[in-house]
Amino acid sequence: MSGLRNIVDKIKPTFEKGGKLGFLHSTFDAFETFLFVPNTVTRKGAHVRDCVDLKRIMIIVVLALVPAMLFGIWNTGYQHKLAFGLEDWGFWNMVWYGILKVVPLYLISYIVGLAIEFTSAQIRGHEVNEGYLVSGMLIPLIVPVDVPLWMLAIAVAFAVIIGKEVFGGTGMNIWNPALLTRAFLFFSYPSKMSGETVWTGGMTRWEAEGTAFQCGNGLVDGFSGATPLSHASIDGLNAAGTSFMDMFLGIIPGSVGETSAVAILIGAVLLLWTGVASWKIMLSSVIGGLAVGYLGFAVGSTDLPGYYQLVMGGFLFGTVFMATDPVTSAQTECGKWIYGFLVGALAVTVRIWNPGYPEGMMLAILLMNTFAPLIDHYVIEFSIKRRAKKVKIA
Amino acid sequence: MSNNIYLKKGLNIPISGAAAQNTRKVIVPDVVAVKPTDFRGFVPKLLVREGDKVLAGTPILADKMSQSILLTSPVSGTVAQVVRGEKRKLLEVRIKADEKQEFVDFGVKKPAQMSAAEIKEAILAAGLWPAITQRPYGIIANPEIKPKAIFVSAFNTAPLAANPEFALKDEVENIQTAINALAKLTDGGVHISLNAENYSGTPFHKLENVIQHIFSGKHPAGNVGVQIHHISPIKKGETVWTVSLMMLAAIGKLFNTGKCDLRRKIAVTGPMAIEPAYVEGYPGISMKDIKEFYNPQENLRFVSGDALSGTNVTAEGFLGFNDNQITILKEGDSYELFGWAKPFRSSQFSASRTYFSWLTPKKTYNMDTNLHGGPRAFVVNDVYSKVLPMDIFPVYLLKACIAQDIDKMEKYGIYEVLEEDLALCEYVCPSKIYIQQIITDGIALMLKEMC
Repeated sequence: MSGLRNIVDKIKPTFEKGGKLGFLHSTFDAFETFLFVPNTVTRKGAHVRDCVDLKRIMIIVVLALVPAMLFGIWNTGYQHKLAFGLEDWGFWNMVWYGILKVVPLYLISYIVGLAIEFTSAQIRGHEVNEGYLVSGMLIPLIVPVDVPLWMLAIAVAFAVIIGKEVFGGTGMNIWNPALLTRAFLFFSYPSKMSGETVWTGGMTRWEAEGTAFQCGNGLVDGFSGATPLSHASIDGLNAAGTSFMDMFLGIIPGSVGETSAVAILIGAVLLLWTGVASWKIMLSSVIGGLAVGYLGFAVGSTDLPGYYQLVMGGFLFGTVFMATDPVTSAQTECGKWIYGFLVGALAVTVRIWNPGYPEGMMLAILLMNTFAPLIDHYVIEFSIKRRAKKVKIA
Repeated sequence: MSNNIYLKKGLNIPISGAAAQNTRKVIVPDVVAVKPTDFRGFVPKLLVREGDKVLAGTPILADKMSQSILLTSPVSGTVAQVVRGEKRKLLEVRIKADEKQEFVDFGVKKPAQMSAAEIKEAILAAGLWPAITQRPYGIIANPEIKPKAIFVSAFNTAPLAANPEFALKDEVENIQTAINALAKLTDGGVHISLNAENYSGTPFHKLENVIQHIFSGKHPAGNVGVQIHHISPIKKGETVWTVSLMMLAAIGKLFNTGKCDLRRKIAVTGPMAIEPAYVEGYPGISMKDIKEFYNPQENLRFVSGDALSGTNVTAEGFLGFNDNQITILKEGDSYELFGWAKPFRSSQFSASRTYFSWLTPKKTYNMDTNLHGGPRAFVVNDVYSKVLPMDIFPVYLLKACIAQDIDKMEKYGIYEVLEEDLALCEYVCPSKIYIQQIITDGIALMLKEMC
């Protein structure tokens, strides 16, 4: 350990102000603090401090995303196998295919995002905030696996610069940067973000070149590739041969990490256990989704019982990982209930009553991100007024 | 009136080095310091010169703003040195103590037979007035006004705080005298808050002429600010006074004996304190007087007060006027490889469940002064209110202070808090924000703009 420390101490002056590479100060600092908890002592105020820091909190969220990521890698291969009728593919073939498809998404997400993050920290003279570790982990999980890498790069750049850095970096942003990436793709390149063919790995190439990865097979007969959301009715699901259990396990087409409720719930348990994410938001979002889902069922707008809404599309992923983002969600405890409920309710509302958009989770969360400060404002006003009244009586 | 107020929120910090309940040493003071910096807003006017002979109770400094407020010498001796800092700001008046202590005689008085004006005059003359703190803002009480009420906390939940039942066990009578005196200065009465856990075990529940309140809960349940918030919140335009039990004892002694006797039992605590215990000493004693409690080879921090909101006085420094605790901590100026990435990190405490210290609730930790991270913007928003048993929105108050928005500061409760009340928020903050400093700056702004 001291050997590593000595090396770091030796090269440190080069990166300090006035050093040869002084302009890379923030970058060096980011890597140094990644390896070592810094030797800074408290200057004023509380002399002792809790050992938790943002790095620890962020790494917990990253860990919570790992099951969804691993499942997404396998499912990418599995969907490819189904689409092209690769009967002889085993588990590792599918995983290998998934890795080849998903790892480039991660590389793009992290390289582009972190480069911007480091550069802007450098310009401001700040330390690099670890927030992007989570955003970069989320982004590949919420895009279709066949999204062109250059599009993803542009979308990430847009989200990080316009969505975060212009507001002052992590902690100051209004919208969740990962969702902003998806929204950018969704509205700029709609043909790559919706429809029936984008969700299965290899489809884009097959359509363009007539071959799919590694095999000359054509599509199997009757392949649709649509997500359950695009035929969201009992008949539609039956026709596609998708059962509730399939959707719960996640062996369906969809964005890379959003399909498996099981994998997401494992992450949710970790987030709730450690208290990193708000259980109030998660619970109220589920309640909101169920409420509107059953309302639609009751008035006959859909023939799917409310609980189907939870396992389809990105509902659960959004509820667990996106709506609970502490920066962009409501900050007050009472506000969290309102915010979460509206996220769930709006998402299902869009699904059931807006024929233009089969999925409403992204839009619901972004919309509620926008209104979260307003919710907080009224919650606080109400609380202050109520207290003033109580004091008067007493 | 007696009511039990249960505070659910809060956190007892499991730091090691609690003082054993015995008096290990009676300090014979060598050099003591009178420090105007112990008080917010005190503008010192020097009343003595180097070389002057003083007795215990001789005025040393007066407040330029309100000249009847005096700081007096805690010991008899010779003024040795006037220490000034930047821009000749007066920091300390150091007094070389005599071997034998002599006191100014203020005369034995019976508060029952005195008017409010006479009581004020007596406390002011002996230099004990600065023991009375005025809220909002935590300044020395303004003798011209009549406060809404006076509040006393009879228990201290701060980390490793001195145990009042031990430190003040012979002082109950003096405290009663002081309460009788102070009760005449307000129409709202003297409110005393006791801990539900040892309500019947403490001699202070027998104090008379008070309005009793009973609190239970973790730190900061013992903070008088938190108690006031639940008893009778401070509204705009109101003022209340607070005073510690220890200083009540000194005020009572003034009336009962005619002496300004600031002798007190001081808890020497902290992970780096060797055999932590109590010492008997004075405010302003030097850290050198407790040298058997620490190893001078180590890089240590000496805190006058508790580890959360005390003052860093360094090894050369002196105990504060209102403090009866010294916390000795190790300076945490070392690197920790993969600290945040270690799964367990079992030698350190975290209130969050991202580590596992919540599985060992009885364990205490040798905490040092490392910040354990780098400063960031506010990110996580629900950790603060979990340790603040007050009906306010701490992050919004802090942001209002940073933005210097006075209307919002008022609305979000700047009148009700002092730094110590939000010290735990600072402790748990994963963004490592200097929360107490933000409050200090906010209060300074309020004082500048509102007075």
